[in-house]
Amino acid sequence: MSIIVGNQTRLCVSGITGREGSYHALNNRSYGTQVVAGVTPGKGGLDVEGIPVFDTFRDAVAATDANTAMIFVPAKFAADSILEAEDAGIATIIAITEGIPAHDELLVYNALQRNPGVRLIGPNCPGVLSPGEANVGIIPAQFFKQGNVGVVSRSGTLTYQIGNELAQRGFGNSTIVGIGGDPVPGSSFVDVIALFEADPQTELIVMSGEIGGSAEEEAAAYIAEHVSKPVVGYIAGVSAPPGRTMGHAGAIVSGSSGGAPAKIAALEAVGVRVGRTPTQVAAIAMEVLGG
Amino acid sequence: MDLLEHQGKQLFERHGMPVLPGRSVRTVDDAVTVAEEVGYPCVIKAQVKIGGRGKAGGIKLAKNADEARGHATAIIGMDIRGLTVHELLIQRATDIQDEYYAAIVFDRAAKKPLVMLSIRGGMDIEAVADEEPEAIATLHVDPLIGFRPFHGRRLAFEAGVAADVVRPVAALLGQMYEVFAGEEAMLVEVNPIVITPDRTVIALDAKVTLDDNALFRHPDNAELTDPGQIDPQEAMATERGLTYVKLDGDIGIFGNGAGLVMSTLDVVAQAGGAPANFLDAGGGAKAESITAAVEVILSDTKVRAVLFNVFGGITRCDEVARGLIEAVRTLEPAVPFVVRLDGTNDVEARELLQAANLPGVHAESTMDGAAARVVELARALA
Repeated sequence: MSIIVGNQTRLCVSGITGREGSYHALNNRSYGTQVVAGVTPGKGGLDVEGIPVFDTFRDAVAATDANTAMIFVPAKFAADSILEAEDAGIATIIAITEGIPAHDELLVYNALQRNPGVRLIGPNCPGVLSPGEANVGIIPAQFFKQGNVGVVSRSGTLTYQIGNELAQRGFGNSTIVGIGGDPVPGSSFVDVIALFEADPQTELIVMSGEIGGSAEEEAAAYIAEHVSKPVVGYIAGVSAPPGRTMGHAGAIVSGSSGGAPAKIAALEAVGVRVGRTPTQVAAIAMEVLGG
Repeated sequence: MDLLEHQGKQLFERHGMPVLPGRSVRTVDDAVTVAEEVGYPCVIKAQVKIGGRGKAGGIKLAKNADEARGHATAIIGMDIRGLTVHELLIQRATDIQDEYYAAIVFDRAAKKPLVMLSIRGGMDIEAVADEEPEAIATLHVDPLIGFRPFHGRRLAFEAGVAADVVRPVAALLGQMYEVFAGEEAMLVEVNPIVITPDRTVIALDAKVTLDDNALFRHPDNAELTDPGQIDPQEAMATERGLTYVKLDGDIGIFGNGAGLVMSTLDVVAQAGGAPANFLDAGGGAKAESITAAVEVILSDTKVRAVLFNVFGGITRCDEVARGLIEAVRTLEPAVPFVVRLDGTNDVEARELLQAANLPGVHAESTMDGAAARVVELARALA
């Protein structure tokens, strides 16, 4: 088993006729993901190397039974595209687009809350990879193989770094989930950790957080109450100065909140072992699983 | 993007909020001219993006032109907690009877705007929040519904606002929400809201943070920069489309992906070093952009050594290696480089670097090893 994406995924790519969109759609298809459709308004009837393009998500879903959307359109159109996917009945929406205005994200988040059947991953995320089953997004799949470690992270390259160190020690992954670096992610650590807890394939959960917001503290509280599987943590940005945005729109220490030490302390207080470097995270994972 | 007080007040006026007449100036002569316009007594306020201006002597009352000139002369160029004052706001003074506090913050945990109101304004609100949290009335707004008049009344009554000003204070909160939603702000704070002896309600201060990602929809706001406080390296990086944050150490950092770059800073700090910058070259970095990034890093004269830490996903390590080789050959840097490349095409990348055999460029195979090496090299040059 895997979470969020897998053999059952039927993917529709919004922005499939763009340079990045077509590149990654085809890349996902060559990994084995069922890429069944694309959406670009005005380009319905065309195809991208055999993937049919539709004018609207409604047309795409009606014709192909797509159940998952990948959003690759520019930031100013992304909120609209997410809402369109939801309106068409898509259950899993994975938004790769970076730079979406925070108020758009707020509106989308609160609008999707009214529909308990929909899950948004991202935006500003690398996507979701279930090794051996499906890859939706831009995660370089060649570094990962199937296994028992679930990874959830706010950062792309840091996920690859940690995942690669795990792979070098012989570990594979159930699913790797990038939840994104924005202030209002569609899914939080808590949402994804709950899925890993319920997933029989996952035996260890690695969560990679960073400065800004309180999602890691909320995850710590959730883990204490609801998670039986071991969790290993990492927090980036210990040395970041307050008041500066460190690349990700959400990575900012504001006043007394969002700092790395408090996040590390909250996780360690509930028994999560937190590595101080990506290498340490892999070493702890190995100890826990007895690799 | 944090705004200066006078810039925040421009947005307030756009949405009908009551502010005092005044203008911003950059010279002493202009300060006196504006003081004559607004009339005496007037207040001369340093425009810097930091709290504690009053205590630092950056806010003064002037009763005549001589005093205005004297205060303006003293405040322009003054250093307030590390920031130099380049601009003043000259504003008519007002009598104060009551001081309230109001703010709208982008509550990331609740994923809703949070509106706060207190009649304990004019002071450090974090202290009020710690000592007497019940003195702050709070309300989360559903962004699909927006802030309604009853929300404003509810907050005003719950906060204990004087009965005769409940309506104008509630109206002011509504206007603040218009600023927050309409201008796409991450923070709108007024401390204090002043109630004058004749019971007029005025927003005396303005603290506004705008969402950088939304500036494309607000071209006027995108112009509200603060040229006096832009760091030269940061300006250069912005021009070149790089995400760069200046720090105060001596080890230049080049990486890809915000999380990995943050992690790189941490690993360097743990190895006993001090990073000079955060630089995220982004996904798919190409050779030209690497030369541009190296130029930005080296333009900071404090840099004694540079660390390249890249994990190639979309970014191909051989492209990074080619870019680095070109940058080193073009720029002939005087400081050593430590390079750690892992991921897509890393083997080709290492071969390219080895074949180029550049003096002063050291390859390392792990992140921790690379951090230790760059710290050692920087120390040797200290």
